[in-house]
Amino acid sequence: MSVFSFAVTRTFSVSVQNIRPLCKLLNGGHSGTNVQDFLGRRNSSVQTRLFSSRPLNPKVPEFPTWEPVPEDQLPPPAQITADLVDKLERLALVDFRTKQGLECLEKAIRFADQLHVVDTSGVEPMDSVLEDRALFLRDDAVTEGDCAEELLQLAKNTVEEYFVAPPGNIPLPKREERAAMLKHSEL
Amino acid sequence: MDACQPGRKKYLPPPCYTATFLSDVVILSPPVKKNAPQHLIGVVGLEIHAQINSNTKLFSGSSVRFSAPPNSLVSFFDASLPGTLPVLNKRCVEAAVMTGLALNCSINRKSLFDRKHYFYADLPAGYQITQLRRPIAVDGVLNYSLLGGKKRNQVIRKTVCIKQIQLEQDSGKSLHDDVRSQTLIDLNRAGVGLMELVMEPEMSCGEEAAAAVRELQLILQALGTCQGNMSEGQLRVDANVSVHRPGEPLGTRTEVKNINSARYLARAIDYEIQRQIDVLQRGGTVQNETRTYDSKSGETIPMRDKEGLQDYRFMPEPNLPPLIVYEDNASLPTGIEACQAVVVQKIREGLPELPSVKRDRLVQTYGILPEHSFTLVNEDGLVEYFEAVLRATKKEPRKVIGWVTNELLGHLKLHDVSVSQSPISPPALAELLELQETGHISSSVAKQVFQEMWRSSGKTAPQIIQEQDLGLVSDAAQLHSICQKVVDSHPDEVQAIRNGNKKVLNKLMGLVQKETKGRADPVSVRAILKELTS
Repeated sequence: MSVFSFAVTRTFSVSVQNIRPLCKLLNGGHSGTNVQDFLGRRNSSVQTRLFSSRPLNPKVPEFPTWEPVPEDQLPPPAQITADLVDKLERLALVDFRTKQGLECLEKAIRFADQLHVVDTSGVEPMDSVLEDRALFLRDDAVTEGDCAEELLQLAKNTVEEYFVAPPGNIPLPKREERAAMLKHSEL
Repeated sequence: MDACQPGRKKYLPPPCYTATFLSDVVILSPPVKKNAPQHLIGVVGLEIHAQINSNTKLFSGSSVRFSAPPNSLVSFFDASLPGTLPVLNKRCVEAAVMTGLALNCSINRKSLFDRKHYFYADLPAGYQITQLRRPIAVDGVLNYSLLGGKKRNQVIRKTVCIKQIQLEQDSGKSLHDDVRSQTLIDLNRAGVGLMELVMEPEMSCGEEAAAAVRELQLILQALGTCQGNMSEGQLRVDANVSVHRPGEPLGTRTEVKNINSARYLARAIDYEIQRQIDVLQRGGTVQNETRTYDSKSGETIPMRDKEGLQDYRFMPEPNLPPLIVYEDNASLPTGIEACQAVVVQKIREGLPELPSVKRDRLVQTYGILPEHSFTLVNEDGLVEYFEAVLRATKKEPRKVIGWVTNELLGHLKLHDVSVSQSPISPPALAELLELQETGHISSSVAKQVFQEMWRSSGKTAPQIIQEQDLGLVSDAAQLHSICQKVVDSHPDEVQAIRNGNKKVLNKLMGLVQKETKGRADPVSVRAILKELTS
C-alpha cells in the first residue's frame, strides 16, 4: 500500500518543484502571482497539463478513484525457491540473485496478485485486443524477397552470403559455477 | 506323474509344467503365475511436419523454393527485423483444412496462434508462431494398411488417431562448420508454412510407423498440399519411442530425430525399441532425451545440445487475431469478400480422389486382388502404366496385373528405376502379352523376351522373337518327330508310364522342351506323348 501512495506523491511533488523555475523563464521574471493566477484558473490539484490548451476530457476523474486492495483479500504471498530463481535466470538471462533483486521480484508478484480480486467467472478470457477484427488472409503471390545484400549488411559476421553464428547454443554454466563467476566479477 | 516312470524313452512333461534336464534327473517347475511379467513392447508416437506446397511462406510474401542462393528468399519479416508483422497466407489455411478433412478431423471454426520461445541461431525472432491451444483441426484418423502374413500378401488394415493438425512456421537451416567452429545460417527456409500432425502413441513397431507414413505421403501427394519428399525435407518425421509391459503405464519416452526416409524410420524405431529393452533388462533406466539417428551405423545417438526439459513459455500471439473458417456459404457474415473467406464446404467438395478410394475403385473396376491394388497405388505412376497396358491389349486385367506387379516392378526395384524411366513402355508390354495370349510364345519364353526387352530397350517383342527364334513350335509334324525321338531313346521311362506311373511323363516333357529349347507348346506335347506312350 505504501508503495503506491508513495509513487503518487512523488510525481506530484516533482511536478510542482519543476514548474516554478519553468514559469520564471517563460514569464521573463514576472512575479510569482501571475503563475499562481495561471495555475489558479485551472483546478489547483491537477498540475501536469500546464501547457496544453485542450480542456481535460470530463471522463477522466479529477482525483484518483482507486483504492489500494487490503492485504487480507490477496492470496498468500508466493514462495520463491532457489530453483525457481535459477530457472528464471536461465530463461531471462538476467542475474537477480541479490537481496534487492529478490525483494523487487516479490513486490512485483504481490502487485500482480491484486488481479485475483477481480471476479472473472463466466467471462471469456481475452488473449488479444484484436479479437474483434477479422484476420486478413493474403493471396499466395510472391511480393518480397531478393534482398540478400541488404540483410547481410546488417550482420557483423558473414561468410559467402550466410550468416555466421557460434556452433550450437553455448550452455549456461551451472548455478554454482555462475555464483563463483559473479563473485569474481565487479557486479 | 508320467515323468517318473523309468524306462520311458521320450519324456513329455505334463501341460503347463516346464522340464529342466540335469544329467539323469528331471526337475519339474510348477506353472508360472498368471500375472507374471510379460515381454516389453514398444510404443511409438509420431510427430510429422509437412511443408505446405504453396508459392509463398506462411506469414510473409517471400517465395518458397527448394534450392536457391542462400538468403535470397528472405523478406524483412523472415529475418525478424523490428517493425515487421505477420500476414497469414490463405493458401496455407486451405491446405491445412484440406488435409484435416482428408484425415477425418473436425475443423475448429476458431483457431488461435501462439508463440513458442526458444533460443537457436536459425530462429531469428527467438520464437516460433505455432498453434498450441486451439489448432485448426483435431481428432482425426489415419487408415493405413500393411502387407503381412507369411507371404506378405495379406492386407492388414490398421488405424492411428491424429490428435491435432496445426499450422506453424519453419526455422532456417544451419550448416555446421566444425573446422572453424561456427554455424552458417541460411534463412531461405525460415517462415515456410508447416502442418504439424501429432499422432497418438498407438503404434508398436517400425514397420507400422513406416506404413503409416507412406500412406500419409500418398494422401498428401494426392491432395497436393505437400510433395511429401522425405529426402528433400518436405516431410519430416520425429518418433517418440518408449517401451512398457502391456497393461502397465507408459515408460519414459525418447525422441528420435534426423530420419530421412521411411526405411530409416523403421530401422531407427526398431533399434531404439531394442536399445530401451536392453537398458531395462540390464536394470538401468531410460533417460528422457532427444536422440539423433545415424543412418550409416543404424544407431541412435544422444544429441548433446538439448539440456533437460525446455520451458517454451507459450504465450498468445498478440499480432494475430483468431483465425475463423466458415462451414458453408450460408454462415458467411454479410459484407465479407469472397477472397477473405475460407469455406469448409467448398473445400470438402473439391477434395480429389484419396488413395484408399482409388484402391477400392481399382479392385471394383478391374477385379484385381486388394494386395495388388495396394502395390499399384503404392508405386508412383504404376496405376497409369497398368491402365495404359490394359487399353492396348484385350487380355484380362487379372492376367496383366501379375506381369506389372511381379515382372515389371521386380525389374524396376532391382535397377532402382522409377516407373517413368522404365525401358519397356506400356504398348511394348501389351504387344508382348498379346503374343503370349495368342499362342505365339509360351509363358516361360515370354519372361525371357521381357528380360531381353529390358536389356536392349527399343527392340520390340516380335523383333526379339524373330532374332532368337523363340516362337512356339506348334507344327504338329515337327513336334511329333521330336516326341518320337525322345520316346524311342528312353524305353525305361515309357515302360514306367505304361505301368501306371504317370509322373514320369513330366520327365519326358522336360526332355522334349530341352530339345526344342523351351519353344514347344506344352499342351500339344503332353497330348502327343500321352498318345505315344499309351
